[in-house]
Amino acid sequence: MISVSVDSQFVHKIWDEEELAKMVDGGIPFPMVADGAGNLGKVYGVYDETAGVDIRGKFLIDPDGVIQAAEVLTPPVGRSVDESLRQIQAFQLVRKTQGAEACPSGWHPGDPTLKPGPDLVGKVWKVWKPS
Amino acid sequence: MSDETVGCARPTGTVVGEAPPEPSTTNETPENTMEVKMNVARVGGKAPDFEAPAYYRGTFTTIKLSDYLGKWVMLCFYPGDFTFV
Repeated sequence: MISVSVDSQFVHKIWDEEELAKMVDGGIPFPMVADGAGNLGKVYGVYDETAGVDIRGKFLIDPDGVIQAAEVLTPPVGRSVDESLRQIQAFQLVRKTQGAEACPSGWHPGDPTLKPGPDLVGKVWKVWKPS
Repeated sequence: MSDETVGCARPTGTVVGEAPPEPSTTNETPENTMEVKMNVARVGGKAPDFEAPAYYRGTFTTIKLSDYLGKWVMLCFYPGDFTFV
């Protein structure tokens, strides 16, 4: 986990010490990156030129450095940690099976996966019923 | 530029796991290098690499995205410290 905003590392320190450490035991356990000029936000497509901030963008990057998932929200609504973890678990399963298994809509760990191939065409209804 | 600290966050211009381009092979100046060689993030593509200053567990450090090759990384941008959401 790496977080990024246009605040300096000095402001990150005070925010962590003064507020976040009161919400998370021991403070924030991951690096908080300072992106003062929005250079990182620009290459990730989340820099708002008018407001001068990086808006809420989430990128899941796999061990090969490939972006597997991206989600961008305007500032007033937060993301879901549960949904992020679900996506990581799904992508990890797909990676472990080298793509032999896929995770359908609404999949959670323990649910059946799909095994794409000629036999599954038109037969998804037999193995997966979305709730 | 010094190796110990990065003055400001800067994309390296390459994606993670790829060597930087040879600086002497083009007519780029330091001022326009970043704009010309920029890789843009897209799902299914390699993540644009970067080096940036960071606060981490009580210390100031430099984060390089490509140092995380071999691990899953969640990269989260947000509008600002002390915002409410």
